[in-house]
Amino acid sequence: MDVAIDVRDLTKRYGDVLAVDHISFKVREGEIFGFLGPNGAGKTTTIRMLIGILRPDEGSAVVDGFDIVEDTLSVRERIGVVPEVSNAYVDFSAWENLMFIGELYGIPKSERVERAIRLLKDFGLYNVRDRIVKGFSKGMKERLLLCMALIADPDIIFLDEPTSGLDVESKWIVWDRIREENANGKTIFLSTHNMDEAQRLCHRIAIINHGRIAAIDTPEGLRAQSVELQCVEVTFNMPVDSKEFLRRGEISKISVSGRKVKIYTADPSSVIEFAVDYAKKRGLRILSLNTLLPSLEEVFLKLVRQHRGETV
Amino acid sequence: MNRVFIQLKRSFAITKKNIRIYYLKGPVIIFGLLLPFFLFLAYVVGRNMSIKELLPGLIGMTVFFTATSVGPSIMPWETRSRTLERLLCCPISVWAILLGDMISSFIFGLAISIIPLISTLILGVDILNFSVLLLGLILAAFCFSALSVLLSAYPPSDIPATAMMLSTLVKFPLIFISGVFVPIRQMPMWGQIIASFSPLTYFTDMARHLILNSGYYPLLLDFAMIPIFTVIFLIASVKVHEKTLMKRISLMG
Repeated sequence: MDVAIDVRDLTKRYGDVLAVDHISFKVREGEIFGFLGPNGAGKTTTIRMLIGILRPDEGSAVVDGFDIVEDTLSVRERIGVVPEVSNAYVDFSAWENLMFIGELYGIPKSERVERAIRLLKDFGLYNVRDRIVKGFSKGMKERLLLCMALIADPDIIFLDEPTSGLDVESKWIVWDRIREENANGKTIFLSTHNMDEAQRLCHRIAIINHGRIAAIDTPEGLRAQSVELQCVEVTFNMPVDSKEFLRRGEISKISVSGRKVKIYTADPSSVIEFAVDYAKKRGLRILSLNTLLPSLEEVFLKLVRQHRGETV
Repeated sequence: MNRVFIQLKRSFAITKKNIRIYYLKGPVIIFGLLLPFFLFLAYVVGRNMSIKELLPGLIGMTVFFTATSVGPSIMPWETRSRTLERLLCCPISVWAILLGDMISSFIFGLAISIIPLISTLILGVDILNFSVLLLGLILAAFCFSALSVLLSAYPPSDIPATAMMLSTLVKFPLIFISGVFVPIRQMPMWGQIIASFSPLTYFTDMARHLILNSGYYPLLLDFAMIPIFTVIFLIASVKVHEKTLMKRISLMG
């Protein structure tokens, strides 16, 4: 599969602070690539470098075949962007905003009009197209920003926290649209700190922390990497004593909540055997038993803490 | 060449946007008309001067104030309203954005300052060469528009009032040293030296040549200096804006 974004040793400093520290990764064509990290991890700085707003101090990147420094405008011709900190022109109507951005991309008027109508209809903004954006809700503004990013029908779409602070309905509209654009062959670079969003949408995820890539894998791969975070959740018919479980070497942590016991282990099968045996010996009944892979949130926290040198 | 042409077309999109958002506002237009008028009134009242003698200063002050009135606040506004990064994500160069800003200032400056020029025809003021003066006015409006874009470059603030205050600090002294109120030849030597560094000096001198037939510098020099200042302001604007743009983006968060 062809590479849509090829990043090599990309580095950015702000004075003494190393905001992005020699990161390298590749995004394949047609992929939804998640860029996950805590606030201040370097996500926005990376995106700003990839779209040619910031000049990297070291390293290089090629977006859709064009170097981000040497051929910035060619890169921007081929991408659509929803920046993290951005707004539509609030004194313009939704329609005027789309026409303006379309003009900056050099799209002929007839095509601009056609695309704008389609996008506004798709995003539920057609009926308010002539209203000044000042009166729009946050969700409507965010949907309009997405329309503005899509007006040029770009090959690659950069989305920096596109659903941050949105209501559920707007969030789902944006998610559906991301999936739809991806199904139409677009590559999506999605920066987010929303695990659920990354889990639902992304084919692969890079976790960035303190300007460095901590891991890159599929959501499933990331979860499978952290076997010690797997857990067996058992519900007994009576409360149990957690101390007996902790004597077992393969159990790293246990949390008891009433009759429900959550046992963290790298070896779920032997814990299940032990739990069944434990119940038999004490005349208890097991009401439910589930093996749970770690959530992406747990994996993320583990990787970020490991990266900081903290004990997990 | 084709790329430059494409960027120029996009500059006009910026110009149209600016005119709609920043210039076509009642208070902006009224301010553009009233400020030079009242300043001039303050100067004229109590002096025994003919309309013809007043005209070079009036036209010079009008074109200077109107062409530099809104330009310095556009970048801070775009930063504050968080539209700047959206703009920078589009395939348009920084120079093309600035050129768009400049053209909108130019159109506004020319549209308003042409009023006193046209009024000379209505009042029957005898001008040596009206079309040459009109050409000079166009060049001056372009030059002062470039200055207004430069004034918006530093400091990279997101507060339009800060930019306006600082630009006023530059603009007002220029009015007093540029032969608007006192012709260059009546200034002391040190005043004449300082005046030679102001682009407005050359326009008012040109207007004195063409209206009163009493300029200080040769007319050709007046015509040459204004484009030279324009080029200097343009190059400086692009350089300073490119340097400060990231600082501006960081103000957005």
